[in-house]
Amino acid sequence: MGILEVKDVGKRFGGLQALSDVHLNVMENTCHAIIGPNGAGKSTLLNCLIGKLIPDTGSVMFQGQSVLGRSPFEINQMGISRVFQTPEIFGDLTVMENMLIPILAKRDGAFEMNGWSKLASQKDVNEYAEKMLEDMNLVDKRNMHSASMSRGDKRRLEIAMCLSQDPSLLLLDEPTAGMARADTNNTIDLLKQIKEERDITIAIIEHDMHVVFSLADRITVLAQGTPLVEDTPENIKGHPKVKEAYLGETA
Amino acid sequence: MLGLNKKDASLLLMVAALVAFAPILLNPFPEASALAQFNAGYPDLMQRFVIFGIFAVGFNILFGLTGYLSFGHAAFLGAGSYAGVWMMKLLTVNVIPAILISTVVAGLFSILIGFISLRRSGIYFSILTLAFAQMSFALAASVLTPITGGETGLNLALDDPRILEGGNTTGNIPAPNFFGLEMGDSLQLNVAGWLWTFNVGYYLAGVVLIIAFYTAIRIFRSPFGLMLRAIKSNQHRLGFTGLNTRPYMLACFVISGMYAGLAGGLMVAMDPLAGAERMQWTASGEVVLMTILGGIGTLIGPVLGAGLIKYFENIFSKINSNLLHEWFAFLPDGLEDFVVTIIYPFVGKGWHLTLGLMFMGVIIFLPGGLVELGQRIRRVFSKKDANQHTKPAE
Repeated sequence: MGILEVKDVGKRFGGLQALSDVHLNVMENTCHAIIGPNGAGKSTLLNCLIGKLIPDTGSVMFQGQSVLGRSPFEINQMGISRVFQTPEIFGDLTVMENMLIPILAKRDGAFEMNGWSKLASQKDVNEYAEKMLEDMNLVDKRNMHSASMSRGDKRRLEIAMCLSQDPSLLLLDEPTAGMARADTNNTIDLLKQIKEERDITIAIIEHDMHVVFSLADRITVLAQGTPLVEDTPENIKGHPKVKEAYLGETA
Repeated sequence: MLGLNKKDASLLLMVAALVAFAPILLNPFPEASALAQFNAGYPDLMQRFVIFGIFAVGFNILFGLTGYLSFGHAAFLGAGSYAGVWMMKLLTVNVIPAILISTVVAGLFSILIGFISLRRSGIYFSILTLAFAQMSFALAASVLTPITGGETGLNLALDDPRILEGGNTTGNIPAPNFFGLEMGDSLQLNVAGWLWTFNVGYYLAGVVLIIAFYTAIRIFRSPFGLMLRAIKSNQHRLGFTGLNTRPYMLACFVISGMYAGLAGGLMVAMDPLAGAERMQWTASGEVVLMTILGGIGTLIGPVLGAGLIKYFENIFSKINSNLLHEWFAFLPDGLEDFVVTIIYPFVGKGWHLTLGLMFMGVIIFLPGGLVELGQRIRRVFSKKDANQHTKPAE
């Protein structure tokens, strides 16, 4: 049984059938990539997974519970964290403040007027945030305005924010889009490291084949709203259907 | 100190010192001099400075932290005022119950309005709050006359029950007091030509301002305040961070409404009369102006903005054409008339024009308001210092 099970999902926008008969089974502690040409329905599928869109048909189960009809904050509380295509961080705030927010939100103890009653745990929160920043090599930028950081640093911060909540499933939407080659490689290394160090399932949507083949344990190829094949990276590389629908086009 | 860091503590001490010495600081000109009319150190105006300061500080907790622009905050001020007067009519003319009940009533009222208005954000939120405030104003002025006194307003009467005091039907209407100290009581000191007035009501309001300011600092620096700033920065991300923003927004809105109610309660404590016009949209707009003029999202900004606008409203507006002629009497006749004609639209009843121009200037050149102006001036000076130090190296 997978941690995330997508069954028969279909979604229609007016005259366009964006998704139909989508089946997807993401196994625990693996990295599952979803690839496909532009307009294949990758983003629509992701939006169905995180409660931004509600599919017309089918079901999306996470750890045996349906995610459909829940608001984003509830889905996050179930253990799904999402990294966006353009890093979504709190640009007006400092790096340290950015780091504190998910920790406080997870603890759900932020709803308080003064810190006296929880002074000790406030210290824990600060220490944990500090440690997360250290792990991501961001600790020397802690007092920087997060909006003024480079794209790669923003991405690292966003991933750190997601990881600080100890999610069971990390969803990545084109995490290396618009990045320089060096930043892309850094991000790949970072994700590999996360995969090794933590019990975490990663679902990744990606354009860049280099990223996909260096990270994924399984790959689902989406074309015109339906899954074409699902297999290991080695088999996908040589698959004639995939070459025709995707690789063939870009080559 | 008091759980504040050094910078915040010194800011609080500065505000406390300003409040304490305002009767002296605001009267820089000797009583007999021609400039005495620019003195702002009389009780009535000083009370308004601090009361509107509290109003603006509360408004800034909502607008400055979360970016939600409420255009109906005067409704809470008005609701607080009415509740305060009723308390004085029914219970006692001691101001403490009146001030407490105005805060509570405004809080309850803001739960209702906030619960509905916060379903939308941005301009729609502003419009909803504006609609509620105008509705409250219209109701207060018409159908709710038995409660609000309609267009004449609500004031104390001799035959009010005043349960705690037993009521009296002869003599004068008792004046609002703080355990016997009447709000209107003042101690006047005449020191070498300067007239300083230390007023009971002003100092009561001043102490409340200091407490309100301290609370605001604590909210700004708390994890709760951090979440509110996160709402302003990226509400989208906050949702995907697993935080339900609605209870946070509502709590913030209610706190902000209670500050407005507190200001309304203090207003009637100083002068026990509440009118519907206190709820009108111009009053709501005024607090928006104060906050923007002073500096959105800064701690001290709203207090400065409130002071500036109230100073303009009460002092600048008193300059009339006779006075202008007096000032420019040294010029040749024709030129004098010309200069007075040019200046006249900007002063006296035309003070709104000056305020408007100033507001435009602030928006365009100083988006951070008076606080940014202060920072820039300080930076210029510190740069000069730095240059002097580094000069030998060049």
